[in-house]
Amino acid sequence: MASTIRVRASSNGDITEVQALIQHPMDSGFVKNAKGEIIPPHFIQQLTFEHDGKNVFTADWGGGVSKDPYVKFAFKGGKKGDELKISWVDNKGATDTTTAKIQ
Amino acid sequence: MNTMENDFSATRRLILKGAGALTLIGLGIVPLDVTKALAAANDKYPEEAFKQKSDADVIKTLYGKTAEPSEKVKMDAPEIAENGAVVPVSVTTTLADVTSIAFLVSENPNVLIAKYNIPAGTLPSVANRIKMAKTSNVTVLVEAGGKLYSAAKEVKVTVGGCGG
Repeated sequence: MASTIRVRASSNGDITEVQALIQHPMDSGFVKNAKGEIIPPHFIQQLTFEHDGKNVFTADWGGGVSKDPYVKFAFKGGKKGDELKISWVDNKGATDTTTAKIQ
Repeated sequence: MNTMENDFSATRRLILKGAGALTLIGLGIVPLDVTKALAAANDKYPEEAFKQKSDADVIKTLYGKTAEPSEKVKMDAPEIAENGAVVPVSVTTTLADVTSIAFLVSENPNVLIAKYNIPAGTLPSVANRIKMAKTSNVTVLVEAGGKLYSAAKEVKVTVGGCGG
């Protein structure tokens, strides 16, 4: 299966800017379907970014983050060609991990 | 913090670390002090904070201190959001030693939307997209140098993002 995580990381030599887009329903547990039944909560709880074995960013998310979530941040260091490891885990225990090369 | 919470958190961290480690946990052969160390080394998911129903309760649960409004916290959010399901909000700050940034929507069923942990070397600037049930104040909390700062803005929502 294709990865749920799409990442673009680019370095200007000093700072690496990271944008991530993840496919996930992010159901909050407050929305009803067409039959009037509550759609149970199903959302990513934690998303982590690692560079060179070190955590550079962690997102703790609730059901209030939009479907197919997007996040953007930047960190110092990181060279072109370096790997960035991205992982998420949701409230049902599902996970996905990918690595992206810094451009 | 009890052992159950530690185990839960550590297990989740291990899932992130890879299936091999998960197998070890499953077999119960990872000693408790290792799981404890992992839990301590990583930021625990603030389960309780995400259940709170007011700004004040989120701030209390998450940080245990009060937030002081600061002009150094710059939030960018639309005046009017036509679609409450996807409201782009970003924040940046000139405050030094930022350790975390959190987004709150006062009128949502659960007020806390997201909390971002900012290790040393990561810039205090985050952009994300959030859901808003209706017109509400959006508050950003910035933890810097052990203190808590905030900025807030009202975003008018014409179509809510939480169904109903």
